[in-house]
Amino acid sequence: MRSSLMIRRPEPKGATRRELMIGAAVASGSILVGACSQTEIMSLGAPKTDFGAFGPFLKIDPDGIVTIISKHIEFGQGTASGLAAIVAEEMDADWDSVKIALAPGDTKAYANTLMGVQGTGGSTAVNEAWTQLRQAGAGARAMFVQAASQVWKVPAGEVAVKDGVVSHPASGKSAGFAELLPAAAKVTPPPKPTLKDPKSFTLIGTERVRRKDSLAKSTGQTRFTQDVYMPDMLTAVVAHSPRFGGKVKSFDASAAKQVKGVVGVVQIPSGVAVIADGVYAARKGRDALKIEWDDSKAEMRSSDAILAHYHDIAAGKAEAKWIPFQTTGDATHAFDGETIDFAYDFPYLAHATMEPMNCVAQVDGNRCKLTFASQIPTLDQLNTALSIGTLPGAVEIETLYAGGSFGRRGNPTSDYAMDAVHVAKHIGKMRPVKLVWTREDDMTGGRYRPMVHHAVQVKLGADGYPAAWRHRVVVQSFIMGTPLMQGKFDDTTVEGAKGSPYLKAIPVVDAQVAIPTSPVTTLWWRSVGATHTALVMEHTIDQLAARAKIDPVEYRRALYKKAGEARHVAVMDLAAEKAGWGQPLEDGWSRGIAVHESFGSVVANVAEVKMINGEPKVRRVVAVIDCGTVVAPDQVRAQVEGGTCYGLSSALYGQVTLKDGVVQETNFDGYRVLRISEAPQVETYIVPSGAHPTGVGEPGTPVIIPAVANALLAAGGPPTASLPFVKA
Amino acid sequence: MPKRCGKLAVAAVRPMILSVFSGEAGMAITLDINGKTYQAASDPDTPLLWVLRDELHLTGTKYGCGIAQCGACTVHMDGQAIRSCQTPISSIGAGKITTIEGLGGAHPVQAAWVKHDVPQCGYCQSGQIMSAVALLKDKPKPTDADIDGAMNGNICRCGAYQRIRAAIKDAAGLAPAPALA
Repeated sequence: MRSSLMIRRPEPKGATRRELMIGAAVASGSILVGACSQTEIMSLGAPKTDFGAFGPFLKIDPDGIVTIISKHIEFGQGTASGLAAIVAEEMDADWDSVKIALAPGDTKAYANTLMGVQGTGGSTAVNEAWTQLRQAGAGARAMFVQAASQVWKVPAGEVAVKDGVVSHPASGKSAGFAELLPAAAKVTPPPKPTLKDPKSFTLIGTERVRRKDSLAKSTGQTRFTQDVYMPDMLTAVVAHSPRFGGKVKSFDASAAKQVKGVVGVVQIPSGVAVIADGVYAARKGRDALKIEWDDSKAEMRSSDAILAHYHDIAAGKAEAKWIPFQTTGDATHAFDGETIDFAYDFPYLAHATMEPMNCVAQVDGNRCKLTFASQIPTLDQLNTALSIGTLPGAVEIETLYAGGSFGRRGNPTSDYAMDAVHVAKHIGKMRPVKLVWTREDDMTGGRYRPMVHHAVQVKLGADGYPAAWRHRVVVQSFIMGTPLMQGKFDDTTVEGAKGSPYLKAIPVVDAQVAIPTSPVTTLWWRSVGATHTALVMEHTIDQLAARAKIDPVEYRRALYKKAGEARHVAVMDLAAEKAGWGQPLEDGWSRGIAVHESFGSVVANVAEVKMINGEPKVRRVVAVIDCGTVVAPDQVRAQVEGGTCYGLSSALYGQVTLKDGVVQETNFDGYRVLRISEAPQVETYIVPSGAHPTGVGEPGTPVIIPAVANALLAAGGPPTASLPFVKA
Repeated sequence: MPKRCGKLAVAAVRPMILSVFSGEAGMAITLDINGKTYQAASDPDTPLLWVLRDELHLTGTKYGCGIAQCGACTVHMDGQAIRSCQTPISSIGAGKITTIEGLGGAHPVQAAWVKHDVPQCGYCQSGQIMSAVALLKDKPKPTDADIDGAMNGNICRCGAYQRIRAAIKDAAGLAPAPALA
């Protein structure tokens, strides 16, 4: 039987909501799902949890210490502290003594309100939990007010709460949460507690909201998956096929078993696992394996050949199904006469998190516990349940901090977690197995940002602005053909081109996408579609502005006005002002501007760039973000700084290439990433806003890519037609 | 690829020389880590990183690449930054090893890291801090070029680089870099 599970990611207001469907076969054929919600289906088998008087987001110790439960994983984006601040604000807790814990796998209690499953992604955390957590905090506050009113026999309306102290000013009575806890815990929580007027916030939006994990992370005390040690724990590494789609034909483990510390070798669906008493022995054992691979269904092409095929598809020389994603006006004769053509190529990109993928699994029959940094616990529960034959809610997940993800840790097949589960199945008896991917496994292990080809054809009007825009995108989908697919179209392939303010302003648009398949696995990668569409849209616009001899800021302004995009204008103008747009720079330096909206937030960058020794050097970036109401201003700045570096790293150096199907970049010696000497100083400005919070973790990433391309163009350099800027 | 600083190269050669004088095969190797003496059970060719982690459970030192490219495994040997992933325990001899745990938690560099909220995911930060401490020991008032030279071997994928720079300057008592005009 099939049930379905919906993931929704937020779109800017007015746009169609994206709905991704996870059609999932829940293994147990005897369960009738009927009309249950997806959240309920995915919670089947879950033990009953008593969260205590204050619900799933809040725990108050007898000593009055408030622990706020982060429903989202913390992988660097600062979310856990931001979410805690929302609860603390409404509760009037003492922020300095608030503690944070990460929620375990529990779809029912911790479902993302925009997804219907428990998971972090789409830069949704503050956005989706905003109202829910304000209510949790306000509810707890109301319970303490009620308790004080009962204990002190004073009217509830006269009780105040500030920094964790409950008081009755008229009588001079006051008490901490600890003292009133027994009475407060007996109060029935109000169904709809009164929320504060945002004007009276004293914590949200202030510089007091700082990370809670900096000390632990500066002393080596934070517990990552890599750091899990349990009694009797085994370590496993897996030899995967060198080619995507390859399978084990046969293997000889005799030499591997001779290696000191190796305790076993087993075949699992993804390859051959070596189990040992530690990482070093497991690796040595793997080196000693002899495996013959069956490549009959593997990708045997080089990435150059795949890209050439994409070019053929775009040029109509190779067969493909074209799917329109934006159509305006009548294109029949709109491109007659002279047109301008643009083409862009983007390579595969690895996420290359500092902590390679890993997971600790314990299995006994149909019982399973996973201890790791799970980004989408519901999916990991589901995939595990299908493997061991249980219900998703019965799979226990203890969530740990992640050494980065950028999207990699959450994927439809739970690839690395399943490696751990399969080995733990062989071991059984709940004996812990730590599955470790080496850097090489991680980098060659796929789930890349897809390779992409864009072809754009523009017919100019007499005013120098586009009268007609034809757009062809060729890109793999990591949604179509997987259980995440809903409906007929995967928006992530073209988001950022689709819905672009420029396309809204152009009378004729004929935009289509072709989606070829390959065994090479792909995935969302920090800012997803915008990783390529931002460059295509923003660099094309700059080239058109140059041709029209109109300043790029003014060229954009005219199009934004036509499209009715006031936020874009405000963000762009602030960036131009702060960057000194139009003012002269020293010899060789030039500025480039770019503006892009993703995950509901609009970001502008002005980058100062110079070619030095054949490589673009970016020394300064002025970044402006409009992300609605801000909870943690310093974390917004940190995400814009870091997101800019992440995008810049990919633009300058990032590429994964295949030779005859085999990934060539296996570690940081081949896959170059940004280092401190190459990192720009990023100045971040936040547009004041009272609107609902929108994304922060991802929107800062894609904008630097066209900002650099546009700066090089402004300096008289050639247009950018492919990334990375620095060819290996 | 940017060249790593000369200091590291020197630090890497020293253990090779010392290794000539190290114990015979089969004997447990004695290590001095954070002022304590340990007998390592692992094979002599085992990198220090895996002894610290899998044997001693000193988990602050991280595995990132295994080939001395990312700096996540940085520890000190006799006060100099080395990459523990490329340091076999047989090569350490009488070298005194300090890990992030050995800094004590209240080191001025750690305090500056907290003050600037440098960490994001935090996985690389033990290594960053160990490199920064070694830098400041050598150059108490480092220039931007000194910082680039000492810190270029430490990758941060979250891109916390400008805060790393600011925190190093703060710990050194230097004002953070002024914004470019």
